[in-house]
Amino acid sequence: MKNVWTVAKREFNMYFASPIAYVSAFLVLLPLGIYFYGNLAVSSQFGGTPQPTQTVGLFVVLMLFFIPVLTMRLLAEEQRTGTIELLLTAPVREWELVAGKWLAAFGFVALLIFFTGTYPLILNNYTTPSIDVGAALVAYAGLLIMGAAMLSVGVFFSTLFANQIAAYFATMAVLLALWLMQTPLQNATGPVANFLSYLIFPDHYYNNFINGVVDLGDLVYFLSVIVLFLFLAARSVESRRWR
Amino acid sequence: MIQVEHLTKRYGERTAVRDLTFHANKGEIVGFLGPNGAGKTTTMRVLTGYMPPSEGKVVVAGYDTLTESLEVRRRVGYLPENVPLYPEMTVVQYLDFMAELRQIPDRENRVDEVMETVNIAERAESFISNLSKGLRQRVGLGQALLHKPEVLILDEPMDGLDPQQQLEVKQLLREIGKDHTIMLSTHILAHAQELCERVIILNAGQIVAEDAPERLSLQIAGGGRIHLIVDGDGTGLHETLQALPGITHVNSIVDGRFELETAPGKDVRPEIARAVVTGGWNLLELQREKLSLEEIFIQLTAELAPDEAAANGGKAEGGAA
Repeated sequence: MKNVWTVAKREFNMYFASPIAYVSAFLVLLPLGIYFYGNLAVSSQFGGTPQPTQTVGLFVVLMLFFIPVLTMRLLAEEQRTGTIELLLTAPVREWELVAGKWLAAFGFVALLIFFTGTYPLILNNYTTPSIDVGAALVAYAGLLIMGAAMLSVGVFFSTLFANQIAAYFATMAVLLALWLMQTPLQNATGPVANFLSYLIFPDHYYNNFINGVVDLGDLVYFLSVIVLFLFLAARSVESRRWR
Repeated sequence: MIQVEHLTKRYGERTAVRDLTFHANKGEIVGFLGPNGAGKTTTMRVLTGYMPPSEGKVVVAGYDTLTESLEVRRRVGYLPENVPLYPEMTVVQYLDFMAELRQIPDRENRVDEVMETVNIAERAESFISNLSKGLRQRVGLGQALLHKPEVLILDEPMDGLDPQQQLEVKQLLREIGKDHTIMLSTHILAHAQELCERVIILNAGQIVAEDAPERLSLQIAGGGRIHLIVDGDGTGLHETLQALPGITHVNSIVDGRFELETAPGKDVRPEIARAVVTGGWNLLELQREKLSLEEIFIQLTAELAPDEAAANGGKAEGGAA
Protein backbone atom coordinates (compact mmCIF):
# COMPACT_ATOMS: atom_id res chain seq x y z
CA MET A 1 0.00 0.00 0.00
CA LYS A 2 2.85 2.32 0.87
CA ASN A 3 4.26 1.63 -2.57
CA VAL A 4 1.23 3.25 -4.19
CA TRP A 5 2.15 6.48 -2.48
CA THR A 6 5.84 6.14 -3.37
CA VAL A 7 5.07 5.57 -7.04
CA ALA A 8 2.47 8.36 -7.07
CA LYS A 9 4.80 10.89 -5.48
CA ARG A 10 7.55 10.25 -8.02
CA GLU A 11 5.17 10.32 -10.95
CA PHE A 12 3.50 13.52 -9.79
CA ASN A 13 6.88 15.23 -9.52
CA MET A 14 7.78 13.95 -12.98
CA TYR A 15 4.92 15.94 -14.48
CA PHE A 16 6.72 19.06 -13.37
CA ALA A 17 10.14 17.80 -14.43
CA SER A 18 8.86 17.61 -17.99
CA PRO A 19 6.88 20.14 -20.01
CA ILE A 20 3.75 18.00 -19.71
CA ALA A 21 2.46 19.75 -16.58
CA TYR A 22 2.89 23.22 -18.02
CA VAL A 23 1.67 22.44 -21.50
CA SER A 24 -1.49 20.73 -20.32
CA ALA A 25 -2.18 23.42 -17.73
CA PHE A 26 -1.77 25.97 -20.48
CA LEU A 27 -4.05 24.00 -22.78
CA VAL A 28 -6.75 23.98 -20.11
CA LEU A 29 -6.44 27.23 -18.24
CA LEU A 30 -6.03 29.59 -21.17
CA PRO A 31 -9.27 28.71 -23.04
CA LEU A 32 -11.14 28.50 -19.75
CA GLY A 33 -9.94 31.93 -18.70
CA ILE A 34 -10.89 33.49 -22.03
CA TYR A 35 -14.27 31.79 -21.98
CA PHE A 36 -14.96 32.83 -18.40
CA TYR A 37 -13.96 36.40 -19.03
CA GLY A 38 -16.05 36.53 -22.17
CA ASN A 39 -19.13 35.29 -20.39
CA LEU A 40 -18.64 37.70 -17.56
CA ALA A 41 -18.24 40.59 -19.96
CA VAL A 42 -21.33 39.65 -21.94
CA SER A 43 -23.40 39.31 -18.79
CA SER A 44 -22.28 42.64 -17.43
CA GLN A 45 -23.16 44.31 -20.72
CA PHE A 46 -26.52 42.76 -21.33
CA GLY A 47 -27.54 41.91 -17.83
CA GLY A 48 -28.35 38.44 -16.60
CA THR A 49 -26.36 36.23 -14.26
CA PRO A 50 -23.80 33.79 -15.58
CA GLN A 51 -24.01 30.31 -14.09
CA PRO A 52 -21.18 29.37 -11.73
CA THR A 53 -20.85 26.14 -13.67
CA GLN A 54 -20.51 27.83 -17.07
CA THR A 55 -16.82 26.99 -17.41
CA VAL A 56 -17.36 23.40 -16.31
CA GLY A 57 -18.86 22.35 -19.63
CA LEU A 58 -15.80 23.54 -21.52
CA PHE A 59 -13.56 21.83 -18.98
CA VAL A 60 -15.27 18.51 -19.66
CA VAL A 61 -14.66 18.88 -23.39
CA LEU A 62 -11.04 19.81 -22.81
CA MET A 63 -10.62 16.73 -20.60
CA LEU A 64 -11.22 14.54 -23.65
CA PHE A 65 -7.97 15.88 -25.05
CA PHE A 66 -5.70 16.48 -22.10
CA ILE A 67 -6.53 13.42 -19.97
CA PRO A 68 -4.78 11.18 -22.54
CA VAL A 69 -1.80 13.56 -22.44
CA LEU A 70 -1.48 12.97 -18.73
CA THR A 71 -1.79 9.20 -18.93
CA MET A 72 -0.05 8.31 -22.18
CA ARG A 73 3.46 8.13 -20.82
CA LEU A 74 2.68 6.56 -17.44
CA LEU A 75 3.39 2.94 -18.32
CA ALA A 76 4.22 3.20 -22.01
CA GLU A 77 7.44 5.01 -21.25
CA GLU A 78 8.44 2.52 -18.56
CA GLN A 79 7.96 -0.27 -21.05
CA ARG A 80 9.80 1.51 -23.83
CA THR A 81 12.87 2.31 -21.74
CA GLY A 82 12.75 -0.91 -19.73
CA THR A 83 12.60 0.83 -16.36
CA ILE A 84 9.55 -1.29 -15.58
CA GLU A 85 11.93 -4.20 -15.15
CA LEU A 86 13.51 -2.53 -12.14
CA LEU A 87 10.14 -1.60 -10.66
CA LEU A 88 8.79 -5.11 -10.96
CA THR A 89 11.89 -6.76 -9.61
CA ALA A 90 11.53 -4.58 -6.54
CA PRO A 91 8.89 -5.80 -4.10
CA VAL A 92 6.10 -3.90 -5.83
CA ARG A 93 2.85 -5.52 -6.88
CA GLU A 94 1.37 -4.79 -10.29
CA TRP A 95 -1.76 -3.18 -8.85
CA GLU A 96 0.32 -0.94 -6.60
CA LEU A 97 2.26 0.30 -9.60
CA VAL A 98 -0.88 0.94 -11.64
CA ALA A 99 -2.75 2.57 -8.76
CA GLY A 100 0.24 4.78 -7.96
CA LYS A 101 0.46 6.00 -11.54
CA TRP A 102 -3.25 6.70 -11.65
CA LEU A 103 -3.14 8.52 -8.34
CA ALA A 104 -0.37 10.80 -9.59
CA ALA A 105 -2.39 11.74 -12.67
CA PHE A 106 -5.44 12.25 -10.49
CA GLY A 107 -3.45 14.56 -8.25
CA PHE A 108 -2.55 16.68 -11.22
CA VAL A 109 -6.11 16.85 -12.52
CA ALA A 110 -7.31 17.73 -9.04
CA LEU A 111 -4.80 20.56 -9.01
CA LEU A 112 -6.13 21.88 -12.33
CA ILE A 113 -9.71 21.62 -11.13
CA PHE A 114 -8.69 23.43 -7.97
CA PHE A 115 -7.36 26.31 -10.07
CA THR A 116 -10.54 26.53 -12.12
CA GLY A 117 -12.39 26.75 -8.82
CA THR A 118 -11.34 30.36 -8.71
CA TYR A 119 -13.92 31.19 -11.37
CA PRO A 120 -17.00 30.66 -9.18
CA LEU A 121 -15.21 32.51 -6.39
CA ILE A 122 -14.61 35.51 -8.64
CA LEU A 123 -18.17 35.30 -9.89
CA ASN A 124 -19.37 35.36 -6.32
CA ASN A 125 -17.96 38.85 -5.97
CA TYR A 126 -19.99 40.21 -8.84
CA THR A 127 -23.38 38.68 -8.24
CA THR A 128 -26.15 39.40 -5.78
CA PRO A 129 -27.50 37.23 -4.34
CA SER A 130 -24.33 35.18 -4.07
CA ILE A 131 -23.97 31.99 -6.10
CA ASP A 132 -25.21 28.61 -4.93
CA VAL A 133 -21.98 27.41 -3.35
CA GLY A 134 -23.30 23.93 -2.63
CA ALA A 135 -24.33 23.34 -6.23
CA ALA A 136 -21.00 24.62 -7.50
CA LEU A 137 -19.14 22.31 -5.14
CA VAL A 138 -21.13 19.30 -6.33
CA ALA A 139 -20.44 20.19 -9.95
CA TYR A 140 -16.71 20.39 -9.23
CA ALA A 141 -16.72 17.18 -7.22
CA GLY A 142 -18.43 15.55 -10.18
CA LEU A 143 -15.63 16.80 -12.41
CA LEU A 144 -13.11 15.17 -10.10
CA ILE A 145 -14.74 11.78 -10.18
CA MET A 146 -15.38 11.89 -13.92
CA GLY A 147 -11.76 12.91 -14.47
CA ALA A 148 -10.66 10.01 -12.29
CA ALA A 149 -12.67 7.60 -14.41
CA MET A 150 -11.25 8.97 -17.65
CA LEU A 151 -7.74 8.69 -16.22
CA SER A 152 -8.24 5.04 -15.42
CA VAL A 153 -9.08 4.39 -19.08
CA GLY A 154 -5.89 6.20 -20.03
CA VAL A 155 -3.78 4.23 -17.56
CA PHE A 156 -5.12 1.02 -19.02
CA PHE A 157 -4.20 1.96 -22.58
CA SER A 158 -0.80 3.11 -21.45
CA THR A 159 -0.11 -0.45 -20.25
CA LEU A 160 -0.94 -1.83 -23.69
CA PHE A 161 1.63 0.16 -25.63
CA ALA A 162 5.28 0.99 -25.44
CA ASN A 163 4.51 3.97 -27.62
CA GLN A 164 3.05 7.09 -26.04
CA ILE A 165 1.34 8.34 -29.17
CA ALA A 166 -0.47 5.03 -29.59
CA ALA A 167 -1.58 5.20 -25.96
CA TYR A 168 -2.79 8.77 -26.47
CA PHE A 169 -4.95 8.05 -29.48
CA ALA A 170 -6.37 4.79 -28.14
CA THR A 171 -7.45 6.57 -24.97
CA MET A 172 -8.93 9.50 -26.81
CA ALA A 173 -10.72 7.22 -29.24
CA VAL A 174 -12.44 5.31 -26.45
CA LEU A 175 -13.35 8.44 -24.54
CA LEU A 176 -14.76 10.05 -27.68
CA ALA A 177 -16.69 6.88 -28.54
CA LEU A 178 -18.25 6.77 -25.09
CA TRP A 179 -19.25 10.36 -25.65
CA LEU A 180 -20.44 10.30 -29.26
CA MET A 181 -22.50 7.14 -29.13
CA GLN A 182 -25.09 9.36 -27.52
CA THR A 183 -26.34 10.40 -30.95
CA PRO A 184 -26.92 7.01 -32.61
CA LEU A 185 -28.47 5.67 -29.41
CA GLN A 186 -30.99 8.48 -29.03
CA ASN A 187 -33.85 6.67 -30.72
CA ALA A 188 -32.68 3.11 -30.25
CA THR A 189 -34.58 0.74 -28.00
CA GLY A 190 -34.04 -2.75 -26.63
CA PRO A 191 -31.77 -4.22 -23.94
CA VAL A 192 -28.50 -3.72 -25.86
CA ALA A 193 -29.28 -0.12 -26.59
CA ASN A 194 -30.28 0.40 -22.97
CA PHE A 195 -27.01 -1.06 -21.78
CA LEU A 196 -24.96 1.01 -24.21
CA SER A 197 -26.89 4.11 -23.20
CA TYR A 198 -25.89 3.44 -19.62
CA LEU A 199 -22.24 3.56 -20.70
CA ILE A 200 -22.45 7.05 -22.22
CA PHE A 201 -20.39 8.92 -19.73
CA PRO A 202 -21.42 12.55 -20.25
CA ASP A 203 -24.97 11.54 -19.30
CA HIS A 204 -23.72 10.57 -15.88
CA TYR A 205 -22.38 14.04 -15.45
CA TYR A 206 -24.74 16.36 -17.29
CA ASN A 207 -27.96 14.87 -15.95
CA ASN A 208 -27.23 15.48 -12.29
CA PHE A 209 -23.83 16.58 -11.11
CA ILE A 210 -23.74 19.79 -13.09
CA ASN A 211 -27.06 20.82 -11.58
CA GLY A 212 -25.76 20.23 -8.09
CA VAL A 213 -27.43 16.87 -7.66
CA VAL A 214 -25.57 13.79 -6.46
CA ASP A 215 -27.05 10.62 -7.87
CA LEU A 216 -25.93 7.30 -6.45
CA GLY A 217 -26.22 5.66 -9.88
CA ASP A 218 -23.73 8.11 -11.36
CA LEU A 219 -21.31 7.56 -8.51
CA VAL A 220 -21.56 3.80 -8.98
CA TYR A 221 -20.98 4.21 -12.68
CA PHE A 222 -17.80 6.24 -12.33
CA LEU A 223 -16.43 4.13 -9.50
CA SER A 224 -17.07 0.99 -11.55
CA VAL A 225 -15.19 2.45 -14.49
CA ILE A 226 -12.24 3.30 -12.23
CA VAL A 227 -12.11 -0.12 -10.61
CA LEU A 228 -12.62 -1.99 -13.86
CA PHE A 229 -9.95 -0.18 -15.85
CA LEU A 230 -7.39 -0.19 -13.04
CA PHE A 231 -8.02 -3.90 -12.63
CA LEU A 232 -7.55 -4.44 -16.36
CA ALA A 233 -4.42 -2.30 -16.30
CA ALA A 234 -2.92 -4.38 -13.48
CA ARG A 235 -3.77 -7.59 -15.35
CA SER A 236 -2.23 -6.16 -18.48
CA VAL A 237 1.02 -5.33 -16.67
CA GLU A 238 1.00 -8.79 -15.19
CA SER A 239 0.41 -10.43 -18.55
CA ARG A 240 3.89 -9.35 -19.65
CA ARG A 241 5.05 -12.23 -17.45
CA TRP A 242 3.20 -14.75 -19.56
CA ARG A 243 3.93 -13.40 -22.97
CA MET B 1 21.37 -19.56 -2.39
CA ILE B 2 20.29 -20.17 -5.95
CA GLN B 3 18.86 -23.51 -6.90
CA VAL B 4 17.59 -24.06 -10.41
CA GLU B 5 16.11 -27.35 -11.47
CA HIS B 6 15.10 -28.22 -15.00
CA LEU B 7 14.28 -24.65 -15.91
CA THR B 8 12.67 -24.19 -19.28
CA LYS B 9 11.40 -20.87 -20.55
CA ARG B 10 9.40 -20.51 -23.70
CA TYR B 11 8.21 -17.37 -25.43
CA GLY B 12 5.29 -18.60 -27.42
CA GLU B 13 6.73 -21.11 -29.85
CA ARG B 14 10.33 -20.23 -29.19
CA THR B 15 12.25 -21.97 -26.42
CA ALA B 16 14.72 -19.50 -24.96
CA VAL B 17 16.28 -21.81 -22.38
CA ARG B 18 15.86 -25.53 -22.09
CA ASP B 19 16.20 -27.74 -19.04
CA LEU B 20 18.78 -25.77 -17.09
CA THR B 21 19.93 -27.17 -13.78
CA PHE B 22 22.53 -25.35 -11.73
CA HIS B 23 23.12 -23.78 -8.36
CA ALA B 24 25.12 -21.07 -6.68
CA ASN B 25 26.29 -21.22 -3.12
CA LYS B 26 26.46 -18.43 -0.59
CA GLY B 27 29.37 -16.11 -1.18
CA GLU B 28 30.07 -17.53 -4.60
CA ILE B 29 30.56 -15.57 -7.80
CA VAL B 30 29.12 -17.51 -10.67
CA GLY B 31 29.48 -16.39 -14.25
CA PHE B 32 27.07 -16.96 -17.08
CA LEU B 33 28.86 -17.10 -20.34
CA GLY B 34 27.52 -17.39 -23.79
CA PRO B 35 27.13 -15.73 -27.13
CA ASN B 36 24.40 -13.17 -27.55
CA GLY B 37 21.00 -14.82 -27.64
CA ALA B 38 22.13 -17.85 -25.65
CA GLY B 39 19.47 -17.28 -22.98
CA LYS B 40 21.50 -15.49 -20.32
CA THR B 41 19.13 -12.57 -19.89
CA THR B 42 16.10 -14.83 -19.91
CA THR B 43 17.57 -17.00 -17.18
CA MET B 44 18.39 -13.97 -15.09
CA ARG B 45 14.91 -12.56 -15.51
CA VAL B 46 13.51 -15.81 -14.21
CA LEU B 47 15.90 -15.75 -11.27
CA THR B 48 14.75 -12.26 -10.28
CA GLY B 49 11.11 -13.22 -10.43
CA TYR B 50 10.47 -10.83 -13.32
CA MET B 51 9.29 -13.75 -15.41
CA PRO B 52 7.95 -17.09 -14.30
CA PRO B 53 9.57 -20.26 -15.61
CA SER B 54 7.56 -22.26 -18.15
CA GLU B 55 8.76 -25.43 -16.51
CA GLY B 56 10.99 -26.32 -13.63
CA LYS B 57 11.66 -24.97 -10.20
CA VAL B 58 13.71 -21.94 -9.24
CA VAL B 59 14.54 -21.27 -5.61
CA VAL B 60 16.41 -18.07 -4.76
CA ALA B 61 17.42 -17.17 -1.20
CA GLY B 62 15.18 -19.94 0.05
CA TYR B 63 12.01 -18.86 -1.76
CA ASP B 64 10.33 -20.14 -4.87
CA THR B 65 10.34 -17.44 -7.54
CA LEU B 66 6.94 -18.48 -8.79
CA THR B 67 4.93 -18.77 -5.59
CA GLU B 68 6.89 -16.44 -3.31
CA SER B 69 8.02 -13.89 -5.82
CA LEU B 70 7.75 -10.93 -3.45
CA GLU B 71 10.00 -12.60 -0.89
CA VAL B 72 12.53 -13.34 -3.59
CA ARG B 73 12.41 -9.76 -4.83
CA ARG B 74 13.07 -8.47 -1.31
CA ARG B 75 16.30 -10.46 -1.21
CA VAL B 76 17.63 -10.00 -4.70
CA GLY B 77 19.46 -7.05 -6.18
CA TYR B 78 19.25 -6.83 -9.94
CA LEU B 79 21.11 -4.90 -12.57
CA PRO B 80 19.32 -5.41 -15.88
CA GLU B 81 21.10 -5.28 -19.20
CA ASN B 82 21.53 -1.71 -20.51
CA VAL B 83 20.72 -0.30 -17.04
CA PRO B 84 17.29 1.28 -17.51
CA LEU B 85 17.09 4.39 -15.33
CA TYR B 86 14.92 7.51 -15.26
CA PRO B 87 16.91 10.16 -17.15
CA GLU B 88 14.91 13.05 -15.71
CA MET B 89 15.83 12.27 -12.11
CA THR B 90 19.02 13.10 -10.28
CA VAL B 91 21.18 10.31 -8.91
CA VAL B 92 20.17 10.92 -5.34
CA GLN B 93 16.49 11.30 -6.24
CA TYR B 94 16.55 8.02 -8.08
CA LEU B 95 18.33 6.07 -5.37
CA ASP B 96 16.04 7.57 -2.77
CA PHE B 97 13.01 6.50 -4.80
CA MET B 98 14.25 2.93 -5.13
CA ALA B 99 15.12 2.87 -1.44
CA GLU B 100 11.60 4.01 -0.60
CA LEU B 101 10.11 1.31 -2.81
CA ARG B 102 12.22 -1.22 -0.99
CA GLN B 103 11.12 0.33 2.30
CA ILE B 104 14.61 0.72 3.63
CA PRO B 105 14.82 2.16 7.13
CA ASP B 106 17.00 5.24 7.57
CA ARG B 107 16.89 5.84 3.85
CA GLU B 108 18.99 8.95 3.66
CA ASN B 109 22.03 7.41 5.31
CA ARG B 110 21.77 4.22 3.32
CA VAL B 111 21.61 6.12 0.05
CA ASP B 112 24.71 8.11 1.05
CA GLU B 113 26.46 4.90 2.01
CA VAL B 114 25.68 3.23 -1.30
CA MET B 115 26.79 6.28 -3.26
CA GLU B 116 30.13 6.03 -1.46
CA THR B 117 30.37 2.31 -2.20
CA VAL B 118 29.87 2.71 -5.93
CA ASN B 119 31.82 5.95 -5.98
CA ILE B 120 29.16 8.27 -7.39
CA ALA B 121 28.74 10.62 -4.42
CA GLU B 122 30.27 13.63 -6.17
CA ARG B 123 27.67 13.36 -8.92
CA ALA B 124 24.74 12.92 -6.54
CA GLU B 125 22.91 16.00 -7.81
CA SER B 126 23.52 15.34 -11.51
CA PHE B 127 20.66 14.34 -13.71
CA ILE B 128 20.98 10.75 -14.84
CA SER B 129 20.58 11.90 -18.45
CA ASN B 130 23.89 13.75 -18.12
CA LEU B 131 25.87 10.77 -16.83
CA SER B 132 28.26 8.73 -18.91
CA LYS B 133 27.62 5.06 -19.52
CA GLY B 134 30.09 4.08 -16.81
CA LEU B 135 28.51 6.34 -14.22
CA ARG B 136 25.06 5.10 -15.10
CA GLN B 137 26.29 1.57 -14.62
CA ARG B 138 27.39 2.58 -11.14
CA VAL B 139 24.02 4.07 -10.33
CA GLY B 140 22.41 0.83 -11.47
CA LEU B 141 24.76 -1.15 -9.33
CA GLY B 142 24.08 1.14 -6.38
CA GLN B 143 20.38 0.59 -6.83
CA ALA B 144 20.95 -3.16 -6.72
CA LEU B 145 22.91 -2.88 -3.48
CA LEU B 146 20.52 -0.61 -1.56
CA HIS B 147 18.76 -3.29 0.41
CA LYS B 148 21.88 -5.34 1.12
CA PRO B 149 20.55 -8.25 -0.92
CA GLU B 150 21.62 -11.80 -0.27
CA VAL B 151 21.80 -12.44 -3.98
CA LEU B 152 23.02 -10.08 -6.67
CA ILE B 153 22.09 -10.71 -10.26
CA LEU B 154 24.01 -8.63 -12.75
CA ASP B 155 23.32 -8.76 -16.46
CA GLU B 156 26.39 -7.64 -18.38
CA PRO B 157 27.79 -5.45 -15.61
CA MET B 158 30.93 -4.59 -17.60
CA ASP B 159 29.21 -3.77 -20.83
CA GLY B 160 30.23 -0.44 -22.30
CA LEU B 161 32.77 0.45 -19.63
CA ASP B 162 36.29 1.57 -20.42
CA PRO B 163 39.16 -0.56 -19.07
CA GLN B 164 39.70 1.64 -16.05
CA GLN B 165 36.02 1.45 -15.10
CA GLN B 166 35.99 -2.28 -15.70
CA LEU B 167 38.85 -2.62 -13.26
CA GLU B 168 36.94 -0.59 -10.70
CA VAL B 169 33.77 -2.60 -11.11
CA LYS B 170 35.71 -5.84 -10.84
CA GLN B 171 37.29 -4.69 -7.62
CA LEU B 172 33.92 -3.64 -6.33
CA LEU B 173 32.35 -6.96 -7.25
CA ARG B 174 35.15 -8.90 -5.58
CA GLU B 175 34.59 -6.83 -2.48
CA ILE B 176 30.83 -7.36 -2.54
CA GLY B 177 31.25 -11.01 -3.48
CA LYS B 178 32.79 -11.82 -0.13
CA ASP B 179 29.44 -11.89 1.57
CA HIS B 180 26.95 -11.88 -1.29
CA THR B 181 26.13 -14.48 -3.84
CA ILE B 182 26.72 -12.95 -7.24
CA MET B 183 25.52 -14.24 -10.52
CA LEU B 184 26.76 -12.26 -13.48
CA SER B 185 26.53 -12.67 -17.18
CA THR B 186 29.03 -11.64 -19.76
CA HIS B 187 30.12 -12.51 -23.22
CA ILE B 188 33.62 -11.33 -22.49
CA LEU B 189 35.52 -14.35 -21.32
CA ALA B 190 38.39 -12.61 -19.63
CA HIS B 191 35.99 -11.05 -17.14
CA ALA B 192 34.50 -14.37 -16.20
CA GLN B 193 37.94 -15.89 -15.93
CA GLU B 194 39.09 -13.18 -13.57
CA LEU B 195 36.04 -12.79 -11.40
CA CYS B 196 34.18 -16.03 -11.18
CA GLU B 197 34.79 -19.06 -9.09
CA ARG B 198 32.55 -20.99 -11.36
CA VAL B 199 31.49 -20.51 -14.94
CA ILE B 200 28.40 -21.80 -16.66
CA ILE B 201 28.64 -21.75 -20.41
CA LEU B 202 25.34 -21.38 -22.15
CA ASN B 203 24.71 -21.92 -25.79
CA ALA B 204 21.41 -21.91 -27.65
CA GLY B 205 19.52 -22.11 -24.37
CA GLN B 206 21.39 -25.05 -22.91
CA ILE B 207 24.27 -25.53 -20.52
CA VAL B 208 27.23 -26.84 -22.46
CA ALA B 209 29.80 -26.67 -19.68
CA GLU B 210 30.04 -25.81 -16.03
CA ASP B 211 33.12 -25.67 -13.84
CA ALA B 212 35.82 -23.50 -12.37
CA PRO B 213 37.46 -21.55 -15.18
CA GLU B 214 40.84 -23.27 -14.75
CA ARG B 215 39.32 -26.73 -14.62
CA LEU B 216 37.19 -26.09 -17.65
CA SER B 217 40.29 -25.81 -19.74
CA LEU B 218 41.45 -29.20 -18.52
CA GLN B 219 38.22 -31.12 -18.62
CA ILE B 220 36.27 -29.86 -21.51
CA ALA B 221 38.89 -29.02 -24.00
CA GLY B 222 40.87 -32.18 -23.50
CA GLY B 223 43.55 -30.77 -21.28
CA GLY B 224 44.74 -28.76 -24.16
CA ARG B 225 47.96 -29.32 -25.99
CA ILE B 226 51.17 -30.68 -24.58
CA HIS B 227 54.59 -29.63 -25.80
CA LEU B 228 57.34 -32.15 -25.47
CA ILE B 229 61.02 -31.70 -26.17
CA VAL B 230 63.55 -34.50 -25.92
CA ASP B 231 67.29 -34.52 -26.44
CA GLY B 232 68.33 -35.65 -29.89
CA ASP B 233 66.09 -36.34 -32.82
CA GLY B 234 63.66 -38.58 -30.94
CA THR B 235 63.54 -41.30 -33.52
CA GLY B 236 60.78 -43.79 -32.79
CA LEU B 237 59.22 -41.65 -30.09
CA HIS B 238 56.38 -40.66 -32.38
CA GLU B 239 55.03 -44.20 -32.45
CA THR B 240 55.54 -44.70 -28.73
CA LEU B 241 53.59 -41.59 -27.93
CA GLN B 242 50.81 -42.46 -30.30
CA ALA B 243 50.37 -45.78 -28.48
CA LEU B 244 49.76 -44.07 -25.15
CA PRO B 245 46.16 -44.01 -23.95
CA GLY B 246 44.62 -40.55 -23.74
CA ILE B 247 46.58 -39.10 -26.61
CA THR B 248 44.57 -38.37 -29.68
CA HIS B 249 47.11 -36.87 -31.97
CA VAL B 250 50.88 -36.49 -32.22
CA ASN B 251 52.64 -33.84 -34.26
CA SER B 252 56.33 -34.00 -34.89
CA ILE B 253 57.37 -30.42 -35.37
CA VAL B 254 61.11 -30.66 -35.80
CA ASP B 255 63.59 -33.21 -34.51
CA GLY B 256 62.88 -33.86 -30.86
CA ARG B 257 59.93 -31.53 -30.66
CA PHE B 258 56.42 -32.84 -30.44
CA GLU B 259 52.99 -31.41 -30.01
CA LEU B 260 50.44 -33.72 -28.47
CA GLU B 261 46.66 -33.40 -28.41
CA THR B 262 45.09 -35.12 -25.45
CA ALA B 263 41.65 -36.52 -24.76
CA PRO B 264 39.35 -34.76 -22.27
CA GLY B 265 39.29 -35.31 -18.56
CA LYS B 266 42.71 -36.60 -17.72
CA ASP B 267 46.18 -35.23 -17.22
CA VAL B 268 48.45 -37.62 -19.14
CA ARG B 269 51.73 -35.86 -18.42
CA PRO B 270 52.96 -38.50 -15.92
CA GLU B 271 52.41 -41.28 -18.47
CA ILE B 272 54.20 -39.33 -21.14
CA ALA B 273 57.17 -38.66 -18.90
CA ARG B 274 57.41 -42.32 -17.92
CA ALA B 275 57.18 -43.50 -21.52
CA VAL B 276 59.87 -41.10 -22.62
CA VAL B 277 62.27 -42.03 -19.84
CA THR B 278 61.72 -45.80 -19.95
CA GLY B 279 62.16 -45.65 -23.73
CA GLY B 280 65.63 -44.27 -23.20
CA TRP B 281 65.08 -40.71 -24.45
CA ASN B 282 66.19 -37.72 -22.43
CA LEU B 283 63.29 -35.52 -21.42
CA LEU B 284 64.08 -31.85 -21.73
CA GLU B 285 60.73 -30.18 -21.53
CA LEU B 286 57.16 -31.21 -20.93
CA GLN B 287 54.61 -28.42 -20.86
CA ARG B 288 50.89 -28.26 -20.98
CA GLU B 289 49.45 -25.41 -22.95
CA LYS B 290 46.34 -24.27 -21.21
CA LEU B 291 43.49 -23.45 -23.50
CA SER B 292 42.10 -20.07 -22.65
CA LEU B 293 38.44 -19.78 -21.88
CA GLU B 294 38.20 -18.06 -25.19
CA GLU B 295 39.27 -21.16 -27.07
CA ILE B 296 37.04 -23.42 -25.03
CA PHE B 297 34.19 -21.15 -25.69
CA ILE B 298 34.71 -21.19 -29.41
CA GLN B 299 35.16 -24.96 -29.36
CA LEU B 300 32.01 -25.52 -27.38
CA THR B 301 29.84 -23.21 -29.34
CA ALA B 302 31.28 -24.38 -32.63
CA GLU B 303 30.43 -28.01 -31.89
CA LEU B 304 26.83 -27.14 -32.44
CA ALA B 305 27.71 -25.22 -35.52
CA PRO B 306 25.61 -26.86 -38.29
CA ASP B 307 22.17 -26.56 -36.76
CA GLU B 308 23.14 -23.67 -34.58
CA ALA B 309 23.62 -21.43 -37.54
CA ALA B 310 20.03 -22.14 -38.42
CA ALA B 311 18.96 -21.55 -34.83
CA ASN B 312 20.67 -18.19 -34.73
CA GLY B 313 19.12 -17.21 -37.99
CA GLY B 314 15.71 -18.22 -36.71
CA LYS B 315 16.25 -16.40 -33.44
CA ALA B 316 16.30 -13.02 -35.08
CA GLU B 317 12.77 -13.52 -36.30
CA GLY B 318 11.75 -15.17 -33.07
CA GLY B 319 11.43 -18.56 -34.76
CA ALA B 320 11.91 -21.88 -33.02
CA ALA B 321 15.46 -22.52 -31.93
